[in-house]
Amino acid sequence: MATIELLKVEKRFGELQAVKPLDLTIRDGEFVVLLGPSGCGKTTTLRMISGLETVTSGRILLDGRDVTYKHPSERDVAFVFQFYALYTHLSVRQNIAFPLQAQGEKREVIDSRVKEVVDILRIGHLLRARPGRLSGGDQQRVALARALVRRPAAFLMDEPLGALDAELRESMRAEIKNLHIAQQATTVYVTHDQIEAMAMGDRIVVMSDAEVQQVGSPAEVYYDPANLFVARFIGSPGMNLVNGRLAEGEVRLSGTNRYAVPPAWKKPLAQALVGRDEVFLGFRPEAAHVNPNGALAGEVYAADMHGGYTVLHVNIDENEIVHIRSDRQASPAIGTPVRFDLDPEMVRFFDPRTEAAVRREAVR
Amino acid sequence: MSQVELKGISKRFPGVQALDGVSFAFEHGEFFVLLGPTGAGKTTTLRIIAGLERQDQGSVLLDGRPIDALTPAERDVAFVFQQYSLYPTMTVYDNLAFPLRSPLRRTPEAQVRSRVQDTAEKLRIAHLLNRKTAQLSGGEMQRVAIGRAIVRQPRLFLMDEPLSNLDAKLREALRLELKHLQKTQGSTTLFVTHDQIEALTMADRIAVLNEGRIVQQGAPVDIYDRPATTFVAQLVGTPRINLLEAGRDGGAVSVKGGGLSLPAPRLPLPESFLLGIRPEDIRPEPKGAFLGKVFLTEPLGVETILHIRCGELTLLSLVPGMAAQRVGEELRFGIAQEKLHYFGLDKKRITAE
Repeated sequence: MATIELLKVEKRFGELQAVKPLDLTIRDGEFVVLLGPSGCGKTTTLRMISGLETVTSGRILLDGRDVTYKHPSERDVAFVFQFYALYTHLSVRQNIAFPLQAQGEKREVIDSRVKEVVDILRIGHLLRARPGRLSGGDQQRVALARALVRRPAAFLMDEPLGALDAELRESMRAEIKNLHIAQQATTVYVTHDQIEAMAMGDRIVVMSDAEVQQVGSPAEVYYDPANLFVARFIGSPGMNLVNGRLAEGEVRLSGTNRYAVPPAWKKPLAQALVGRDEVFLGFRPEAAHVNPNGALAGEVYAADMHGGYTVLHVNIDENEIVHIRSDRQASPAIGTPVRFDLDPEMVRFFDPRTEAAVRREAVR
Repeated sequence: MSQVELKGISKRFPGVQALDGVSFAFEHGEFFVLLGPTGAGKTTTLRIIAGLERQDQGSVLLDGRPIDALTPAERDVAFVFQQYSLYPTMTVYDNLAFPLRSPLRRTPEAQVRSRVQDTAEKLRIAHLLNRKTAQLSGGEMQRVAIGRAIVRQPRLFLMDEPLSNLDAKLREALRLELKHLQKTQGSTTLFVTHDQIEALTMADRIAVLNEGRIVQQGAPVDIYDRPATTFVAQLVGTPRINLLEAGRDGGAVSVKGGGLSLPAPRLPLPESFLLGIRPEDIRPEPKGAFLGKVFLTEPLGVETILHIRCGELTLLSLVPGMAAQRVGEELRFGIAQEKLHYFGLDKKRITAE
């Protein structure tokens, strides 16, 4: 087991800055997810930790040991890819045993370690099969077993569920998390799927444009996104963000809507905006409640039934659409007037100039 | 009269029965979704309606008249594919104008201009009209592709998974735009997808297709609340429905392996059957009748998936917000008994007759 420290780790490909200097400490036994859209630098970061990619500058420590310039095989980390990278001419058993054989382990050791991991992953019945004949889920289990059998200090996983269909992804997600709970092995997991990140991570590192946007627990990135990017990226749909102007204790939104600033926010807003008045009002879809006497008004743009609940899309001004999650209801016609309120505890504000969240430390 | 009607369509490709007696019909202005897994026969059905494929048996009727002898062009349907087939060297304007300028239609140029402008505004791509399509993002390209289909005002839209190559955020946004547009235009649309969320959220009605056969047809609420088979029950809803082996035990329903016992419903239940419970119908309650242990939690933000271990069973429960429960904790829960689903061992829904 291991602690992983990244100290000002940076990667350039010629002119292109793939990862801007990044500081991050991954604690022993932690499951950390690097999350972001394609091209944000998450995979490059993972590859630098593994040694598959050299760093341009900065240092990487594994349990305090500087491994920045060590070969991947000297780092004691195991890599699991989106594409299983199994040897198709070998049996499942031979695939799993391969890393131990390469290390020159004794036959008895190999046998007992292989048995141990196939029991954990419940693939004992597949040992003689060739990987090519297995389902995507089973192939990924074999790849996980091969990583696990070495007992590495850390696991690095690059979108391991990316090639699976939605249903299998959901169940494998739970399996990997269970495995982590049982093994408590330090894991760095890369994905572009915010649902996966939320469901699996102890902490999430949200990246965009080669930079870390926020590091936090699922609850932190969901309830208190650090900036507009995180607010939009996390959640499905993301946080509603409505542009407005602050005046006389209320936010004047485009059109006629006015939102009275909750008292606890008045001081932090004044401090953050220092005289400027433009602001983004942010709220999650479940923070809005339809109420005939609600302070905010709009009309139905569309209504979606999602099975257990309904999402109302409400046009609050010319093509400014907010999403409201409600209990399941019959779809109102397009254009039906709607009034709603916001849960003051779940309202957030962002500074349009810096795109950063206004912080409430003062009121906590 | 239905605008489009399929009567007993069958189609065989070498070695595989792609469609086997497919019948359904939809009305003017309806958003009809064909939902099914890969290989179910969805695209073949669309291609037969468009005239790109010839069925072995059965008939396609448009406004009550068979169109089986008509060429694709004569059918006046617009096809939107998963891959946007745009002309990369042409501007957005010329791509949109292209169908109107075809020799078959020869629309006057002034009318072309107003139709293109109108379409571009509806899809919020008016600012892109002078760009080459090769310079557009994936989402913009898909809007242009949709625009090119609607600019013609055809009798019928056929859409083959038009959103499936887009990233999640874009898919969400376009889903909403497409739905709003369809409703405000009243255009008749047949939309094919494997994505149950697209089907539930967009459709007026859904037909579920599996292995070349229609398994169920109905409004999204019917499909979700009263799935006709275990296949449909597992296809719609995320996380997946809990499907448990159960049996009759006197006046009660007893779930195998979990020690759960529930009052029997007023249904003709056989000795052994399958019990379906949607995750949102399993609710942690301090005074709940059942006891389990939290095995795993998956916080998604707006809700949390709890995996509850109960005897040999793992039940999925969906609770609002970031749940406070921790792994390893004991948990009392209730089950919404009026919302349970019962299926025979033949996988078909058991109803009150």
